[in-house]
Amino acid sequence: MTAWLSPAEWTAVVLSLKVSVVAMAASLVPGILVAMALARGRFWGRQALDVLVHLPLVMPPVVTGYLLLLWFGKRGPIGAFLAEKFNIVFAFRWTGAALACSIMAFPLLVRAIRLSIEAVDRKLEDAAGTLGARPLWVFLFVTLPLILPGIIAGMVLCFAKAMGEFGATITFVSNIPGETQTLPTAIYTFTQVPGGEGGAMRLTFVSIAISVVALVISEWMARHVRRKVQAA
Amino acid sequence: MTLDVDIRHEQGAFSLQAQFHSSGRLTALFGPSGSGKTTLVNAIGGLLRPDYGRIVVNGRTLVDTQLNVFVPKHKRHIGYVFQEARLFPHLNVRNNLLFGRWFTPKGRRVSDFDAVVDLLGIAHLLERRPTTLSGGEKQRVAIGRALLADPALLLMDEPLASLDEARKAEIFPYIERLRDEGNIPIVLVSHSVAEIARLSTSVVVLSEGRVIATGKPADILQRTNLLPPFDAAEAGTLVEAQVLGHDDAYGLTTLRIKAGTLSVPRLNLNVGTPLRVRLRARDVMLSLNEPEGLSALNVLPATVFSVGVTQGSSVDVSLNCGGDILVARVTRKSIERLNVSPGQSLYAIIKSVAFDAGMLGTMPPEMSRKV
Repeated sequence: MTAWLSPAEWTAVVLSLKVSVVAMAASLVPGILVAMALARGRFWGRQALDVLVHLPLVMPPVVTGYLLLLWFGKRGPIGAFLAEKFNIVFAFRWTGAALACSIMAFPLLVRAIRLSIEAVDRKLEDAAGTLGARPLWVFLFVTLPLILPGIIAGMVLCFAKAMGEFGATITFVSNIPGETQTLPTAIYTFTQVPGGEGGAMRLTFVSIAISVVALVISEWMARHVRRKVQAA
Repeated sequence: MTLDVDIRHEQGAFSLQAQFHSSGRLTALFGPSGSGKTTLVNAIGGLLRPDYGRIVVNGRTLVDTQLNVFVPKHKRHIGYVFQEARLFPHLNVRNNLLFGRWFTPKGRRVSDFDAVVDLLGIAHLLERRPTTLSGGEKQRVAIGRALLADPALLLMDEPLASLDEARKAEIFPYIERLRDEGNIPIVLVSHSVAEIARLSTSVVVLSEGRVIATGKPADILQRTNLLPPFDAAEAGTLVEAQVLGHDDAYGLTTLRIKAGTLSVPRLNLNVGTPLRVRLRARDVMLSLNEPEGLSALNVLPATVFSVGVTQGSSVDVSLNCGGDILVARVTRKSIERLNVSPGQSLYAIIKSVAFDAGMLGTMPPEMSRKV
């Protein structure tokens, strides 16, 4: 495969996979917590949180990217703080691409998990409580296993969105080969130069292959889990 | 065990105001649908926080709104068997049973897994998934799951309501063994006269969110006006009995009761087994003379104790049968024709085929000693 793809193309593929997996993994726990809060929480500002989480879904991606640049850039309030205190830099790094991807994919992840939480029979959680399980254990031993299909669906959506994210990524971290050039931005670059059709075609093919594999794996996992969690 | 409840709770248009004390092995909360039974057990189990009042189990205050005490459900050690089993679909039967044990500190674990599995007859189900179980099997697993959490009190909210007659007959003996062999007191919610007659040692009658009577099942059942109208046909009395012998040629079993003997369809019980028998008022006939040439096998001498109030065309007559109270439901016309009045001697007649399996249950030990 290395022989078939040029080193630069190969780098873009590996970087895209890395960015997507990191974006998916990093947003998983916050995604479950936010979904729980939105599905079950009765607190002031729940509506505002709902709107905030869903904003990236409806705003132009370029706007999200630009806001990220303003806040998480080297001179942005959050970016400067993180760089100074923890030596974490997002601007024009692959980590920034992962951040942009996870922000863009977050609403999809939260929606999928939230739907499955709302479908959970709370009577089962009550039953677990009467058996001596405190709320944290009820969540870990009853709720979490029951919403696993939703979590898997959310993770696949998140991964797919991250693989295809373009606007926010290119605005926030630009299109630097080997650092922030992911599959979509690489394909875009190929289409902008004469004689780039071959590279664009090859990366398009790789993109489709990755999507199909991700879909097949998720279907297989969901079927396996659903068999275990079927309603009694 | 003692259970003290005194609570008030408003839920929409429904208001529950219940006060009772019970110390029986199996306390039945009895009443029609919507009378507040489930609200009451939910308050005891901690699934509902009552607006006012207190709940004390074995001297431990679980709820006291004045002192701002509310023990959360996972700290109450109260087992709860729900109407719809509520087994965890993602766990097999074995792990469902063990679920409570995972959260029980080692010092509190006293129940023996194998003994509980044996008692409920579910050893062959352990590796199965809840989805593959029948309704009766699910309920038995749910009972086992609650028991293995080593509760101080077991709540059962109409555990038989969603089952057909055959499945009910399958569960009855297990609940009886639990009541008689286990050391966990039980609160059973039921709207079925057959269930409380067979299972309870004390009864709390609820109607429209109020407690209207408490007492022994034998006393409650003969007060036919306490029974919900749809169950009035089930009204009757409980009589203590003992197996005297079997007549295999005719497929009959003879039972000894205070007033004499009863012939009932053959029972698979050893001679000497104590029983409680429910005699439905509508199955009892009256005769002024000892009848002859009659197909009914059970004829008991009796004295009229009281003649009840007329309900439509029928009247309930309480009889003293050698110390047992029986109720006969007869027409007003017959009362006048036979001129039935208190103190009168006559005969009570019961058809043997009137007894079905649900009306004959084993005795709780504390009561059987009196036979």
